[in-house]
Amino acid sequence: MSKPSDLVQGTLDMLLLKILALEPMNGFAVSQRLKRVSGDVLHVSDGSLYPALHKLKQEGWITAEWKTSENGRRAKYYSLTRLGRRQLEREAENWGRLSSAISRVVRLTEA
Amino acid sequence: MRPERWFSKLSFWLPLLLHRREVDQELDDEIRYHIEAKAEENIAKGMAPEEARRDAGIELGGAEQVKERVRSVRTGAWLETFLQDVRFGLHMLRKNPGFTVVAILTLALGIGANTAIFSVVNGVLLNPLPYPNPDRLVTVDASKPNFPRGSISYPNFLDWHRINHCFSFFAVSRPTGYLLTGVGSSEELGAAAISSDFFPMLGIKPVLGRSFTPEEDRIAATDVVAISTDLWHRKFGSSPNVIGKSISLDGRGYIIVDVFPGHFDLPMRYFGSVDIYSPLGEFRNSNIINRVAGLGIHGIARLRPGITVGQARSEMRRVTDYTARTYPDADKGLGATLTPLKESIVGRVRSFLLLLLGAVGVVLLIACVNIANLLLVRGNARRREVAIRSALGASTPRLARQMLTESVLVALIGGALGLGFAAAGTRAALASLPATLPRVDEVGIDARVLWFTVLVSILAGILFGLIPAFRVARGKTYEMLKEGSRAIAGSRHRTQHVLVTVQMALALVLLAGAGLLIRSLAQLWNVSPGFDPNGVVEFNLALPPEFSSASPEAIRTALRNFDAAMAAIPGVQAESLSWGAIPLYEEDDEYFWIEGEPRPASENQMHDMLDYIVGPDYLKAMHIPLIAGRFFSRVDNEHSKPVVVVDDVFAKKYFPNCDAVGRMIYQGDKTHTFPFEIVGVVGHVNQWGLDTDSENSLRAQVYFPFMQMPDNVMSLVPSNTEVIVRSSGNILGLIGSIRAASSRLSGDEAVTGFETLHQIVEASLAPRRFAMMLLGSFATLALVLAGIGLYGVIAYAVGQRTHEIGIRIALGAHPRDVFRMIVGQGFRTALTGVFIGTAAVLVLVRLVSSFTQLLYGVGASDPATLISVAIVLLGVALLACYIPARRAVRVDPMIVLRCE
Repeated sequence: MSKPSDLVQGTLDMLLLKILALEPMNGFAVSQRLKRVSGDVLHVSDGSLYPALHKLKQEGWITAEWKTSENGRRAKYYSLTRLGRRQLEREAENWGRLSSAISRVVRLTEA
Repeated sequence: MRPERWFSKLSFWLPLLLHRREVDQELDDEIRYHIEAKAEENIAKGMAPEEARRDAGIELGGAEQVKERVRSVRTGAWLETFLQDVRFGLHMLRKNPGFTVVAILTLALGIGANTAIFSVVNGVLLNPLPYPNPDRLVTVDASKPNFPRGSISYPNFLDWHRINHCFSFFAVSRPTGYLLTGVGSSEELGAAAISSDFFPMLGIKPVLGRSFTPEEDRIAATDVVAISTDLWHRKFGSSPNVIGKSISLDGRGYIIVDVFPGHFDLPMRYFGSVDIYSPLGEFRNSNIINRVAGLGIHGIARLRPGITVGQARSEMRRVTDYTARTYPDADKGLGATLTPLKESIVGRVRSFLLLLLGAVGVVLLIACVNIANLLLVRGNARRREVAIRSALGASTPRLARQMLTESVLVALIGGALGLGFAAAGTRAALASLPATLPRVDEVGIDARVLWFTVLVSILAGILFGLIPAFRVARGKTYEMLKEGSRAIAGSRHRTQHVLVTVQMALALVLLAGAGLLIRSLAQLWNVSPGFDPNGVVEFNLALPPEFSSASPEAIRTALRNFDAAMAAIPGVQAESLSWGAIPLYEEDDEYFWIEGEPRPASENQMHDMLDYIVGPDYLKAMHIPLIAGRFFSRVDNEHSKPVVVVDDVFAKKYFPNCDAVGRMIYQGDKTHTFPFEIVGVVGHVNQWGLDTDSENSLRAQVYFPFMQMPDNVMSLVPSNTEVIVRSSGNILGLIGSIRAASSRLSGDEAVTGFETLHQIVEASLAPRRFAMMLLGSFATLALVLAGIGLYGVIAYAVGQRTHEIGIRIALGAHPRDVFRMIVGQGFRTALTGVFIGTAAVLVLVRLVSSFTQLLYGVGASDPATLISVAIVLLGVALLACYIPARRAVRVDPMIVLRCE
């Protein structure tokens, strides 16, 4: 189980943006979805989740509004903004380059 | 892209500030929803409801802490937390009035003293001089082998002014005085003869009328004067018709053409504040055209734009080389000394003021350590509060930051109070001092001083707040909650003892400094000036104005009448006129050669001596010992052969192998030779200063009889000569009698400027005394603070160890042993401090030369002083330990053990 503190801070942001790109949802739902989609590998500690979400909101990449959830309670729903979509594309691209570079190094056989 | 991001940040932040409570409520709701949703999930998984909730809460990691973390992520959070910290800090200070009051008072004293000294440094050293572009101004003097800052002769000034390429303005000034008559009561006025560049160079515009023109620099070209606004108000009722009015100065008529503003006096030697300026050309004595005459003319110049002082110095070297080539007899070896104006005014006090600033900084350091110790003690009492707050969500850095904010807050309050002390106290202190400091009028609280106070307060607050904040950062919550935790107490004691050791060391350094100064002063007091200053008065005499143009015989007769009138005053033991040099007051030199030497081609090749032109009773008036031969008598007058008396330094230097009495010395120029026979040898007098005289290169002294003065010099006497009177009676009465006798002689004679020789000797010691008083007060303050610090630490330790002491006594320890244990602990701390402090003194005094300059007769590492100072410090330490030790002895073991 990799903790978010092991990931670079930007990676967590990118994951959250991507989850929210699928559909608007509240903080609890985001952490559940991330766990499920990653096959229980990526697990954001809830204590880090909310500070990260609020930071994304500050940057203007996601917005928030209060809606009534399925179980009838009021919850704060986050959704991606146009700025956020652009940021997500940029981060995904960086991540792609980084990860393929790492893979290339790791797959080196002794020569 | 960027503006949009900023906009979104702003739109996030602004409502935050405005609707903080709603935003907080929202966050609360959000977290609560999360916990509930999680709990529902747990229930769905099969957990019991309470367990489900608890698990959800743990998973989230403590709702409060999460909220804190979210808050800390917000921009502008720092402002919010800062305001919160400030509010909380104020609350804590109110809750602990004892600590708060002590801390504020201590800081007020420490910071106030620093502010006071800094305001002096600011006004004297830092503030620019009140002239346009003041850093372009330099003083100009002529340098000769014995006098690096000697007077410029009039012909040389004209040449220098004409030839140089480095100055845009070059002006000179010669101090003088005039007796004003015919306007109300007659008054002796301070004056200066200046060249035409003077006012424009300093940017001084006339209040009324016009400044002097270059034509008026020519000799005897004019009879105009400029008067000060003060004189204008005083004597002329501020009348606008004063321009063109004629006044009588020294019996001669002058026309007022200028009223100058009164706020620009140059607080330097030769450039004091005056009531009258006359043009340089007004000087009528024939001596003025003499290229070698030393008439007290000194200069100020303004550098051309782009020229540095160094370049100006080279340029002036070229100029003086030219004059030396063209007039080798007069100007060979003559140079020009350029000094930046500010340096001339404040240079001699700069290092001293900085030394004071350092000393007072040390006092503040000691005070801060005391407060740090107080905070450490209080930290112990607050540990539970700290632990609870930590559990409620405050992060460790947040707690530390809050403690620091509280410390800085208390420091700022103390600083504000200290500012008040400084404002009130500095003015009073400066007013009571003799005129040791230049520019005292410019000392005050201005923006820079305010900023200094704020900065020092914040730094002090951080300094003493750092240690307790640090402890909080390192402390573990559960440990803090435990009661009676001794592990922490141990390390805290160690820190406290270290801090007190530092205090003791610092106090010792200051005490050593003060002690050395006190000893220097004591040594200096024992140095004999070569004469007896007690009961002697010195004053200035100006004969009635008609004598300015009288014949030398008439002048001599008037002076003899004056002598007789003085001698007739009851109680007067001796009286003498005096011209030329006066010990510790004024110097004057002349050139000569001795018998057996070939006649030198120019003055530059002659010997130099200090000349004292005095009456026959001078020796009796000054109580200078006669060593050989005789002194002057009434026989030595303008009709008898020219004689001189020399001092023993002169005799040893120029006639080492024979008796100086009977030998000849000569003065003269190309055309004349004036022989003088030495008729006596007297003891040397301290001319340059009680401490510096022995190091000066010019020490040979020669006395001339007053009445044998050459006629052209005698005509200068009526306007201004000194008189010395020794009396057995009281001084005030003497002054009154002298005034009465003088006005009986001739109503228009002015006797002014009364000073006792005792005052003159003391004035030469005044700077040192000032330093000693200040440093002494700082050292005492430091000692008291360090003593209080030690007392506090030992008392606290005793309080903490009552338990242990009770056990010891119960186990059979003598009260005496307990006493010794407590005192021993404190003494060891103090002793360590003394060792460190002594080592620091030995290292520092080598480095701080501005301090060693003040010393006299004691080495910087004088063992007697260091040992006595150490003993004083240890004595105070013992006293500080005594009270808590006595309390420790009285501990009743039964009571203590019962409270276990």
